[in-house]
Amino acid sequence: MASTVDMTASSQSSQNLIADVLVIGGGPAGCWAALCAREAGATVILAEKGYVGTSGATAAGNSSIIDAAPGAPRDKAIAQREAKGLGLVRADVVDRVLEETYIQLNRLADWGYRFPTIEDGTPWRGSMRGVDYLRFLRQRLIKNGVTILDQSPALELLTSDGIVSGARGVRRVDGEGWQVKAGAVVIASGGCAFLSGALGTRNLTGDGYLMAAEAGASFSGMDFTGQYGIAPLHCSVTKGIVYYWATFTDEAGTIIGGKGDRQDAVAAGLKNGRVFAVLDKASPRVQSGMRGQPNVFMPFDRQGIDPFTQRFEVGLLYEGTVRGNGGLIVGDDTATEIPGLFAAGDAASREAMAGASSGGGGPNSSWAVATGRWSGVNAANFAMKIGLMQAKRISRGAGGADLRAVGSAQADANEVVIAIQAETLPLDRGFWRTADRLNASAAALDTVWQDALDLQHRIDPIRAREILAMAATARWINASARQRKETRGIQRRVDIPGTDPEQSGSILSGGLGAIWAGSSRAKRQESRP
Amino acid sequence: MIELVSDTRCIECNICVKACPDNVFDAVPNKPPVIARKADCQTCFLCELYCPTDALYVSPIMDADDPVVEQDLIEAGLMGGFARAMGWSNAKPRGTHTDPTYRMFEDRNP
Ligand SMILES: Cc1cc2nc3c(=O)[nH]c(=O)nc-3n(C[C@H](O)[C@H](O)[C@H](O)COP(=O)(O)OP(=O)(O)OC[C@H]3O[C@@H](n4cnc5c(N)ncnc54)[C@H](O)[C@@H]3O)c2cc1C
Ligand code: SF4
Ligand code: SF4
Repeated sequence: MASTVDMTASSQSSQNLIADVLVIGGGPAGCWAALCAREAGATVILAEKGYVGTSGATAAGNSSIIDAAPGAPRDKAIAQREAKGLGLVRADVVDRVLEETYIQLNRLADWGYRFPTIEDGTPWRGSMRGVDYLRFLRQRLIKNGVTILDQSPALELLTSDGIVSGARGVRRVDGEGWQVKAGAVVIASGGCAFLSGALGTRNLTGDGYLMAAEAGASFSGMDFTGQYGIAPLHCSVTKGIVYYWATFTDEAGTIIGGKGDRQDAVAAGLKNGRVFAVLDKASPRVQSGMRGQPNVFMPFDRQGIDPFTQRFEVGLLYEGTVRGNGGLIVGDDTATEIPGLFAAGDAASREAMAGASSGGGGPNSSWAVATGRWSGVNAANFAMKIGLMQAKRISRGAGGADLRAVGSAQADANEVVIAIQAETLPLDRGFWRTADRLNASAAALDTVWQDALDLQHRIDPIRAREILAMAATARWINASARQRKETRGIQRRVDIPGTDPEQSGSILSGGLGAIWAGSSRAKRQESRP
Repeated sequence: MIELVSDTRCIECNICVKACPDNVFDAVPNKPPVIARKADCQTCFLCELYCPTDALYVSPIMDADDPVVEQDLIEAGLMGGFARAMGWSNAKPRGTHTDPTYRMFEDRNP
């Protein structure tokens, strides 16, 4: 799909910039990457689709994080991760992530972030309100001299002789193009939740996955994506922790219980009809703790509901790879398979950290900090080896994005989005998977992919690329879920309910026109067209 | 979704235009910003934090219009309620050290 436009000769971009390191996406992973690349001596540009500080899942959601000091607390945290990971977690990786998180949380405190103190005087660093945390990081970035491009989605990578050499995109506000030539690029564009409405996920359409795949990168863990968040009906607020103290009932008031976690109970209830919740198990002290996260109460306070005594109706919103685990394959240094390209946070596969279960509630935030830092430092080192040469390289767009396209085919675009969502959002697609349904989805998604390609020159480039990225991500998820012929964690194959000890490895996937998925790189070579 | 930009409270600083993650507002010369792309609003409430004058109101309903009357919201104490609860004022977080979230974790045995 490589475009033949030579960007050095092109005057398409109104804004032509050069940096050692370009970071794409300004959630926690991208902020830490930019900060640490800058500290390593690199010049850094951070390009963000929305606004650095309010965009992404952490900004709107929250950031429970694993604060585990070396010794007994660390060992306990690692053991917990291993138990929840169902065979895919790597203890050495968890240890490194938690060590890095511990160090960076200490640095945040040193820089003046005011963490709360528990009544007995112990400092608490186990959670930060996302928007507080990111606003603080934004100030730090500015202070350290990182150039921030807000409202500037990246739309495709640039490559030079097989090495990633920058990216280009469009400014949302005036539609003007921008281009950054860089010695190394960090993809930190978060996961993909298919515009389900889950809190903070509007911008998380898998753009970074698409861009990286166009440059030749591939994925792991796309099967561990059967992840949904509980929210009051018609509301975005998928803050799952409070439902730990919930009683779920059906319309008649009968309690819905059963095996599994909170999401399982709600999903089981939704199969038979409507589901209601009341947070009646929360003690006054726990209730006061919940008030620490005021977004939890927006749906209640603004609709006159007392969630501790009154039943309210709930639903499940798909969170895909945001609180699921699939993402780009990275090495321990966060390098992708493509030279010059690094990945951090939800853009990278989190199997080593979260395994087969959701990484929400701590593992993902910790992963974002640690991989953010590693990718920043390693990208800076990579870029500095290339040095001044980089600005002279001839670079090409790797994705054929049409930055100049203007939109009139909005109705067609909406139809393609609905078609993608039909194969991803429903519980009988994402939550409970069967071979028959997955096969039917695979066929539907082949058509959708063509439709999404056809849209590329007929609507505005930002939306066109978002739709293509969602179509591609849906296909990697589908192919991976078909390939894992067992149930494990958040891959629930109702046609194969057991876990097979032989299948404790990762499922890799990739490709654009022709999709592949397999248990090893060897398999991947075989199935390549 | 975002339902209200209060003409009486807005001081036309355009911070919300810049800080909305979904580019929902458009700036208008010498006037309060307009809600230009409501369908893109992700119902995150964050513009309310960044508004220095509590001039914005986000309805928790994400998938349908939810018309509001400013006077009713004021009387119900809802204008600026999110910012107050978060300890934000003047577009800055000032309440991180008073966040009692840890109390939830005391009662969990994860
Ligand atoms: C409601 C909710 C609550 C959560 N709570 C927790 C928790 O308590 N603990 C925990 O561990 N995990 C939690 N998670 C998961 C956690 O939020 C994510 O793992 C975390 O945000 C990942 O950080 P990130 O920087 O990789 O991605 P994000 O924070 O999602 O940031 C990605 C950024 O990339 C930008 N972007 C996307 N495409 C482009 C593009 N083309 N060009 C430029 N920029 C782009 C986006 O706008 C966004 O700002 C929660 C998730 C949700 C949805
Ligand atoms: S609620 Fe969020 S997305 Fe909607 S207008 Fe406010 S900041 Fe923008
Ligand atoms: S942030 Fe508030 S005061 Fe400033 S322009 Fe927006 S609504 Fe008006």
